[in-house]
Amino acid sequence: MSIASKANALWEYANPKKFLTTTERVLPFFWISSAVFIVVGLVWGFFFTPDDYKQGSTVKIIYLHVPSALMAINCWIMMLATSLVWLVRRHHVSALAARAAAPVGIVMTLIALATGAIWGQPMWGTWWAWDPRLTSFLILFLFYLGYVALWEAIEDPDTAADLTSVLCLVGSVFAFLSRYAVNFWNQGLHQGASVMRVGAVTGTDTEEKVSNIFFFPLLVCIIGFVLLFIALVFYRTGTEIRARRIKALIARERVNG
Amino acid sequence: MMPDLGKYADTVLSAYAASLFLLVALVVLSILRGRKVRAEMEKVEKRMSRNG
Amino acid sequence: MIALLKRDLTLAFRAGGGFGLGLAFFLIVTVLVPFSVGPQSSLLSTIAPGVLWLGALLACLLSLDRLLALDWEDGSLDLLATAPLPLESVVTIKALAHWITTGLPLVLAAPVLGVLLNLPVPGFFWLVVSLALGTPALSVIGTFGAALTVGLKRGGLLLSLLVLPLYVPTLIFGAEVARRGATGMETATPLLMLAGITAATIALLPFASAAVLRVNLR
Repeated sequence: MSIASKANALWEYANPKKFLTTTERVLPFFWISSAVFIVVGLVWGFFFTPDDYKQGSTVKIIYLHVPSALMAINCWIMMLATSLVWLVRRHHVSALAARAAAPVGIVMTLIALATGAIWGQPMWGTWWAWDPRLTSFLILFLFYLGYVALWEAIEDPDTAADLTSVLCLVGSVFAFLSRYAVNFWNQGLHQGASVMRVGAVTGTDTEEKVSNIFFFPLLVCIIGFVLLFIALVFYRTGTEIRARRIKALIARERVNG
Repeated sequence: MMPDLGKYADTVLSAYAASLFLLVALVVLSILRGRKVRAEMEKVEKRMSRNG
Repeated sequence: MIALLKRDLTLAFRAGGGFGLGLAFFLIVTVLVPFSVGPQSSLLSTIAPGVLWLGALLACLLSLDRLLALDWEDGSLDLLATAPLPLESVVTIKALAHWITTGLPLVLAAPVLGVLLNLPVPGFFWLVVSLALGTPALSVIGTFGAALTVGLKRGGLLLSLLVLPLYVPTLIFGAEVARRGATGMETATPLLMLAGITAATIALLPFASAAVLRVNLR
């Protein structure tokens, strides 16, 4: 198969029927594997990793905090991508996937904020500080709320899809801008994104590294969260497609009857 | 079985409880709504096919 | 274009409520602040730049839902959409009219209210500069929010929810200029950032507003 026809094959999933049958087939795999990865990662992290010499047992919170924070951002990026696809190619599944993903993003942001606050209390002596990272996540949370509220407020589904897509695009630019503005506004308590740095993983950067003992269960948890996110988005998109179909059927019924 | 969490036991446990609660709530709510919508769609489809 | 601007301005001046409302709100917020935080003048002068910026921002927000709603209700928005004037310039004019009726009075009133809040003397200049540079961005962003929610029956609350996060960068840099100015620190960096945000929003956001408005008028 050439690359071009492979790329075309991807667009086939824009057909709602095809999307439903395919996701139906792969969903059990995603549900089960995400559950396995999350359980293994959390059990490994909770029971079989030592305490950090500085942070004590609170370091165990990392197995929830980092994956949820990652997914909170990735979820918005996914919504941005599907919004673009909707605006350019007008595939309904794409718009519905963005709608289905937003509440997942809200929950991920909430988990990141809640675990962060609980972790911050003993470490920094406060539940909340107006630290750049915390503040950015709060702003991200507000963006998610506005996005979902706009979906809920508009009756016509295509109008809603258009408006939320544009909001997502504009919001992304402003979210990005806010990130820099907030950085400028306050240099914070939060350590850098240690997980994603090569130096942190290979151990050359000893100051803020997440050492390997903590890193592997964390990686398992991250994979689990990614799988869970995919499973949830597939499932919820299916729900949205069916809800849309009900609406269409009832509308047709009214016209005929 | 239970690891010694030291003086931070409350912190760690409450973080795990809060997160797992939110995750489970998200999954359960998604599935509940999914089931409801699926059942309703089947109902509507059946009605449509009966009426022509 | 000029005719449209004139029409919008006349309407705003004649319609009573719309024009003075933002200004009155700004005045009330500023007067209420000392009651809520206490009358110590040192405390007041510390928070004055931030309070004045926040007051101006909220006053701006207050008048946003009237920005397009009135034209939507009486159908003149549909006429404007079919007029030879591109919708992008219509929304720019609308934003400009909003700024002249809301932003500009706020900029002019801010120094007077600064006296009430014991704003340090070097702060006055920077407060006015930062508000003059920042409020156009608030109007343009607000027009985008108003275009998003124009067809909705109870769009007011949703409008605030959508617009407030978009206001964050402007507020941060604007208030930072005023704060640094008041304490005598250098203001060049946040001032440039604020100017950049304003210029970029004026240049780009009308396209998004017009696109959204087209969808709503469909």
